[in-house]
Amino acid sequence: MSLMHKFLGAAAAAALSAGAALAEPALIFDLGGKFDKSFNEAAFGGATRWAEETGNTFREIELQSEAQREQALRRFAEAGANPIVMTGFAFGNVLSEVAPDYPDTKFAIIDMVVDAPNVRSVVFNEHEGSYLVGMMAAQASKSGTVGFIGGMDIPLIRKFACGYVQGVKAVNPDATVIQNMTGTTPAAWNDPVKGSELTKAQIAQGADVVYAAAGGTGVGVLQTAADEGILSVGVDSNQNHLHSGKVLTSMMKRVDNAVYEAMTAGVDLETGFNVMGVANGGIDYAMDEHNASLVSADMKASVDGAKEKIASGELAVHDYMSDNTCPVE
Amino acid sequence: MDFLTLLQVLDTSVRLATPLLLACLAGLYSERSGVVDIGLEGKMLAAAFFSAAVAFYSGNAWVGLLAGVGASVALAVIHGLASVTFRGNQLISGVAINFLAAGMTVLVAQSWFRQGGRTPPLEGDARFNPIELPFAIGPSDATAADRPLSQLIAEAGPLQQFYSELISGHSSLVYLALLTVPATWWLLFRTRFGLRLRAVGENPAAVDTAGVSVVWLRYAAVLLCGVLCGVAGAYLSSALQAGFVKDMTAGRGFIALAALIFAKWRPVYALWACLLFGLFQALELRPDIIENVIGLKVQVQLLGALPYILTVVILAGFVGKAIPPKASAEPYIKER
Repeated sequence: MSLMHKFLGAAAAAALSAGAALAEPALIFDLGGKFDKSFNEAAFGGATRWAEETGNTFREIELQSEAQREQALRRFAEAGANPIVMTGFAFGNVLSEVAPDYPDTKFAIIDMVVDAPNVRSVVFNEHEGSYLVGMMAAQASKSGTVGFIGGMDIPLIRKFACGYVQGVKAVNPDATVIQNMTGTTPAAWNDPVKGSELTKAQIAQGADVVYAAAGGTGVGVLQTAADEGILSVGVDSNQNHLHSGKVLTSMMKRVDNAVYEAMTAGVDLETGFNVMGVANGGIDYAMDEHNASLVSADMKASVDGAKEKIASGELAVHDYMSDNTCPVE
Repeated sequence: MDFLTLLQVLDTSVRLATPLLLACLAGLYSERSGVVDIGLEGKMLAAAFFSAAVAFYSGNAWVGLLAGVGASVALAVIHGLASVTFRGNQLISGVAINFLAAGMTVLVAQSWFRQGGRTPPLEGDARFNPIELPFAIGPSDATAADRPLSQLIAEAGPLQQFYSELISGHSSLVYLALLTVPATWWLLFRTRFGLRLRAVGENPAAVDTAGVSVVWLRYAAVLLCGVLCGVAGAYLSSALQAGFVKDMTAGRGFIALAALIFAKWRPVYALWACLLFGLFQALELRPDIIENVIGLKVQVQLLGALPYILTVVILAGFVGKAIPPKASAEPYIKER
């Protein structure tokens, strides 16, 4: 009998160590969905790059409702996934409750700060990137009116808007920026019909470049802008290819790099506060063959100039989330 | 606010009211026959996906429309089976259809297109493009003159502006939806079928006594509902948009239900109710106009909530009474 116990014990130990050795990273996508052509898709891209380069696999789940956040986190943590990467500010509260229960598991949260010893908080300086595309939009605009369409009305999206307005005003202090938010519920991330109509409304008010920071709603914005013959600016991923020659540029948030780094570090993930901005390549604007004809050398030079100044700290773009106000309208 | 801005807002209202109107008339047929349908949203969503998907493969928006109608009718048959044949709870069947459509569309889209629950963008004839009515200023005039369309319209006379901006330039489905209103009125109030359909929603036992099949009348109503929801969904994905995005109906099926109650289950009232709700949605997009007209900054969310608030007011009986068909939500059990 005791021999039996020993065998069982050994088998269990082997199973446990095998489990530890095979600790897979996990990635949780927010409600926008894995292929939103934007934020979550960038995260997926980073994870895929890691998987292809290392030949390892990762676990993933796409949330369908708010209620699944905690469930998904706990399930991955209990299944031994390590580290667990999640995209989206909305995980903040849940993670601060769950993280202390699994001290041996490392978590990485993107777009939110959670103060716990086993959490890496990655935030992006979206205001800097929005400033750059704002400068470009103001230079591309002939009417002197540009538009901004946000998704859900949350401080993060206002941060995009505020940086954008600052960039526009830096080029043309007299420019008008029309700002609209799609809604106040998560449904605002997936309402392309409303995005289209908002774009038409902004065109009616004279806008000839619109910047969409609205997840799936942005698909409608870019579509309508292309249909109506004005320019648009994409967000998060490089969206220039969606309507070649009609998307001025995209504000790129290198969520893929953040996810890739977290997964590469694996169980040795460095925890704490991590800012990705223009200075360390976490934020950039997109240039490729799809928008080359739209961006003149002058435009590119001025934007690159600002980029260097931001990177060196010479130019500070106001962050809406630092005090919940924006110095310009 | 100038005349042209007013026209632009009304133009947006018409575009946004069209899916509501089609879904509202769909619900009207079903509810007038005594089958409550809260699955409008799901049927629209399924139709939106299948019409976009098939339009993408076939390159023809009308073929897509047929596929969308087919998908919606298939869901309608499920609803009919559950609520007419098996006498189940109609609300639960409706909720189930909404869930089914929400999950199924994304799943099928992912397996067909691998773009994460969306269809590739539709181009050319795969979309319902705006129709330019004769004598109206449209995109072709703008190309001919090599100037923006908005400039040409701004220079035209008020009557031409009204005609070009508001009447012309919609997709064919918008005109079809508007024609459905008198057609529905005629069918319900001027034909024998309509009389029987209304009777079966008020007193199915009387219809049965008269020797008319309650089951087939209700099935006919549920199928008509499916057809109209199908058109509404196709309009969303291949006329308003150029492709399907998950959950793109965004609650429009429920606003259509609110409009149905607001319209007291009458086709012509339904038109006005949907145009009113469309106007609210259009104004929600233009906070600047409201601010200019009334001089106050209004929270746009209030406008978004107005359809629901108005419906509650109507239901509470403050402004006339909304009385649903008497046999609403009751399965008919033939006495032996």
